Amino acid sequence: MKKKGNLFLYIGGTISGLMTALIILGFFWTPYSPTALDSSAKFQPPSAAHIMGTDNFGRDIFSRVLDGAGDTFIIALCVVAIGCVFGVLIGSICGYIGGVPDLILTRVCDSITAFPSFLLALVIVTILGKSTANIVLALGILFIPSFARTVRGEFARCRELNYIKSARLTGAGKFRIMFVHILPNTFSVLFTAVTIGFNNAVLSEASMSFLGIGIQPPFASLGSMLSDSQAYLHRAPWYALCTGAVIILLILGFSLLSEGLQRMNKGD
Amino acid sequence: MKYAAKKLCTLIITLFIVSLLAFLAFQVIPGDPTTQMLGTEATEEARAALRAELGLDRPVHIRYFEWLSGFVRGDFGTSYSYRIPVSDMLADKLPITFILTIMSFAFTVILSIPLGILAGSARSKVMDVIITVIDQITMSIPAFFIGILACFIFGNIFALFVPGDFVSYKESWGACLGYMVLPALSIAIPRVAMTVRMLRSSILSESDKDYVRTAHSRGNHRRAIMVRHVLKNALIPVITFLAVSAAEIMTGSIIIEQVFTIPGISRLLLTSISGRDFPVVQAIVVIIAAWIVIVNFVADLLYQLVDPRIRLK
Repeated sequence: MKKKGNLFLYIGGTISGLMTALIILGFFWTPYSPTALDSSAKFQPPSAAHIMGTDNFGRDIFSRVLDGAGDTFIIALCVVAIGCVFGVLIGSICGYIGGVPDLILTRVCDSITAFPSFLLALVIVTILGKSTANIVLALGILFIPSFARTVRGEFARCRELNYIKSARLTGAGKFRIMFVHILPNTFSVLFTAVTIGFNNAVLSEASMSFLGIGIQPPFASLGSMLSDSQAYLHRAPWYALCTGAVIILLILGFSLLSEGLQRMNKGD
Repeated sequence: MKYAAKKLCTLIITLFIVSLLAFLAFQVIPGDPTTQMLGTEATEEARAALRAELGLDRPVHIRYFEWLSGFVRGDFGTSYSYRIPVSDMLADKLPITFILTIMSFAFTVILSIPLGILAGSARSKVMDVIITVIDQITMSIPAFFIGILACFIFGNIFALFVPGDFVSYKESWGACLGYMVLPALSIAIPRVAMTVRMLRSSILSESDKDYVRTAHSRGNHRRAIMVRHVLKNALIPVITFLAVSAAEIMTGSIIIEQVFTIPGISRLLLTSISGRDFPVVQAIVVIIAAWIVIVNFVADLLYQLVDPRIRLK
């Protein structure tokens, strides 16, 4: 069991590691400027000079993809960070203290998850207006319940274990028990939740940008690039195919990683 | 019956809460809609008149009940941008979105259950890796990219259809449904992968239980055990997941409509969000929410058909 789990872990880790390295590289260096127009090089198919070809303005698609993936990546990280921090806080209080706050917070989280996150994000963006910060906020709020639920379950399980009981006997305070004793034990589960959450964030952001309500220009996003590329599907299919392939690789890497982690946890 | 009645009560209460939240969400927005409609140059009298026309001068709770009673009668309010009833704007578009949603949901169910059973019967280690890898790859492709690929392969390479050449169901049902096959499949494929994964792990964990071994030892045929014993129990979590899918598919069709230029509610919703035309967004949100709540109600009723124990709880 353990060996097989590691296969997913290795492949997923390699793909997501390579993607992350490329994206970090993209922050400092891209082969061409992602915004440089070159009217003499419109719709160039992939070649040695432009590995992913050029678009309708003669911009290098590889540079644009790196740039767009960078923005998508940062947004997904912020979304997961908001969801994770608040999710851990809410989940740990619910799971460890229980009682009335647990009941109320669990109900609220349940009703949020009953609706498609995409729809709720649309409502939040309609109300607050379109901007990158609002997208992060909207998606971040929507990601809290899933983290809270995961953490709550772990806290409720650990609460009754002997090492926690003995910590309580030695006179450790509630918060010390929660964050020093229990929290580190939830890391393996939490890490899986982070990889799944990251994928959902990438997908949600790409969908919203695809519809034109995500990141606003001049920022590039993989979703908005894919939306642009659709108009040139006939003349420059590589534009859509390369952009889509990058989204798929980004998601696939992290989903294989989470599959590997889940199997490893189960195997232990 | 008692169970159904209880669930029906929950359904009505949930719908009420959802409508209240949707209404309140659009009340907290700062700014006066009349400024947006008439411009900043408008006189105070003109604004007051418009506010009275739209009913914005009355207290919130009265407006909520008026809006709600209008809503159940099919009056969704008046668009801020176009000054025409929202119901007229939605009349042609909503059925198209619903046809697409129902079609892709049907594809999801029809494809995922046999595939899930097939995947659940394969227990060897090699098959496990192969199935998981296929599943993971399929799940990683966003629906809108499958749509773009379908446009490229079937529209550009094989020229089997022209993307954007949509025929309304009013003219020809056959042509309309025919056009919707690819969009519906684009939404369904990642969902099928998720459902197959779910059903497979559900079947695998169920197959290890004692009652299945007993059924084997009594000489039952493998297929009979799968259908009559294992599947019945394994389907319960899958029904929950399919109910969630029905909700996700509705929002998924909003995206896919843009890819295949299908004249559903998608374009209207997006322009209304950009133009801050709140009555339209509000109406669409409540309609989608009502659909989700109703789908969950049907799922609840299906549970007790599959698992009579639930009725006793």
